[in-house]
Amino acid sequence: MFVRGLKRKCFDGEEDIEGTLAGIKAIPSYNLQRQSLLDMSLVKLQLCHMLVEPNLCRSVLIANTVRQIQEEMTQDGTWQMINTQSTGQASLDRLVSTDILCRSSREQAEEKLVPNYGTFNKDFEGDQGQDSSETMSTASSVQAPRNLQGSVWEMENPQENKGNFQKSLDQIFETLENKSPNSVEDLFSEVDNSYYDLDTMLTGMMSNTKMGHCDGLETFSSPTSTASNSNCKSDLNELDHIVEILVES
Amino acid sequence: ADIISTVEFNYSGDLLATGDKGGRVVIFQREQENKSRPFSRGEYNVYSTFQSHEPEFDYLKSLEIEEKINKIRWLPQQNAAHFLLSTNDKTIKLWKISERDKRAEGYNLKDEDGRLRDPVRIKELRVPTLKPMDLMVEASPRRIFANAHTYHINSISVNSDYATYLSADDLRINLWHLEITNRSFNIVDIKPANMEELTEVITAAEFHPQQCNVFVYSSSKGTIRLCDMRSSALCDRHSKFFEEPEDPSSRSFFSEIISSISDVKFSHNGRYMMTRDYLSVKVWDLNMENRPVETYQVHEYLRSKLCSLYENDCIFDKFECCWNGLDSTIMTGSYNNFFRMFDRNTRRDTTLEASRESSKSRAILKPRKVCTGGKRKKDEISVDSLDFNKKILHTAWHPTENLIAVAATNNLYLFQDKVN
Repeated sequence: MFVRGLKRKCFDGEEDIEGTLAGIKAIPSYNLQRQSLLDMSLVKLQLCHMLVEPNLCRSVLIANTVRQIQEEMTQDGTWQMINTQSTGQASLDRLVSTDILCRSSREQAEEKLVPNYGTFNKDFEGDQGQDSSETMSTASSVQAPRNLQGSVWEMENPQENKGNFQKSLDQIFETLENKSPNSVEDLFSEVDNSYYDLDTMLTGMMSNTKMGHCDGLETFSSPTSTASNSNCKSDLNELDHIVEILVES
Repeated sequence: ADIISTVEFNYSGDLLATGDKGGRVVIFQREQENKSRPFSRGEYNVYSTFQSHEPEFDYLKSLEIEEKINKIRWLPQQNAAHFLLSTNDKTIKLWKISERDKRAEGYNLKDEDGRLRDPVRIKELRVPTLKPMDLMVEASPRRIFANAHTYHINSISVNSDYATYLSADDLRINLWHLEITNRSFNIVDIKPANMEELTEVITAAEFHPQQCNVFVYSSSKGTIRLCDMRSSALCDRHSKFFEEPEDPSSRSFFSEIISSISDVKFSHNGRYMMTRDYLSVKVWDLNMENRPVETYQVHEYLRSKLCSLYENDCIFDKFECCWNGLDSTIMTGSYNNFFRMFDRNTRRDTTLEASRESSKSRAILKPRKVCTGGKRKKDEISVDSLDFNKKILHTAWHPTENLIAVAATNNLYLFQDKVN
């Protein structure tokens, strides 16, 4: 929902950043806003509707924006080791002031920018090792981009960071290709493998419901043991919805 | 009433079709002008309603296929019946709408109430006669063009040969023959071999109104490609490439998103085309590829709000645009139920509102103005007060008269020029 009368956020307490600060309040704002935009974009990419294929155009545009931010962040300089930011760090829920991000690059060039962050790459560190079922890659918690406060700034090899980032973006599109953009969210969210095995899940649920006339479901293998039911941590409302559609169709 | 997702006049303007999110199509017909009531200049009343698409479930991907009607396009009328194409994300259907105002009476084998007569009892034969009945409008699906699109269909366009049409999804464009449903030709494919490299999608496509070998398609990067089907079977190489060079001084993180073209329409005379991106409408001369000949700002005051509009997803809204019959005026929608008209000759623009409060029947619409800063004058509305849930995405202009149809969420408004 569009919030009317958007208030400008004040970043007075957050200038304890290493390096030179020309004393302009706007400088950390730009970086924080950029980070906020990046986080927002990532959340958007993962918040795909479970049941309907999300808009490919929207996903592509958001992913391009993310890439753009990442490129600029890389160009800005090296990743620096910075201690945990104060609690004033912008969390995802707070929409930072729109003003600076909407300004043209010419206006921004007039301000000195100090690069000072690199949490993003940390999230994908853990991902690479995990095995994935079929085409989807499960991912470690998405909490990191959400809780900037708790994140530890690490000194990383910039190349590695870029590689990790690129790899994750690639994963997004791979999953777009292989299954559906639905699985983009799989990249980031904390999930259980069996959650994705809709077949197993559905048949597990189906065994409890009467369904004489669903042709499509005949292709499913017979329900596995009750273990599948217990593994279903998913949102049961959505499952009910699927069941409803299947039964009615 | 459901949210209207497409609005389209037919070639004569006598019929107006709307499609909605629930998969229904409602067709309005213009009443004949009545000499005894000179002020009733042909009102539109409901002519036919039918369920065009139903929700489906893709078992392979475990995903729903929405029944929302993305586009309706009429075919030119060739006999007493009317034909239109309607499409959802995956399937295009050809519908025949026909009238029945007579019924046969006096059958030999069945009674008037339909019961079968005992053949033994029939002593003589008679010829059934046609008797008038109340007008009944029937809609029946004549063709179903399915299983040709992996991605979501965003456009359909009937060719000027009236025998073929194109359908475009995010990555491909297919050419169909209206009579053949089990085959279509792929004429554009921009899907990269490696989906990781995907950075651009097709957003709209349309056939040239006169040249049956020419069509255009727009992209999410703000470019338009004109293709000639005579040059090769697969039109991956364009004949013309339209792109306005970016102003480097106004570049921001949102530049690409707001440059994404949401609609492209040829002018009726076929010399120009119009594109709609998030903040502006541009008119292009087909003979000039490097920049548009006219640019109109729809709601420039939103440029400083792009971050908020990105957050609430409004920045991805796809507005349509349309020409009037003479190609002298263009129209497009905005937020707060505002819609804008630009007169290409006088360069005057108008902002009007489609809402119950401001449009009592026969009342003249008052021009609206958005205050962009500083003191707000009386009757102006400030940017922060705009309702971004009230968006006018779909508008249509009568092919010959100054009569417009404006879809505001789940309401349809019809406005016409004041009668002198």
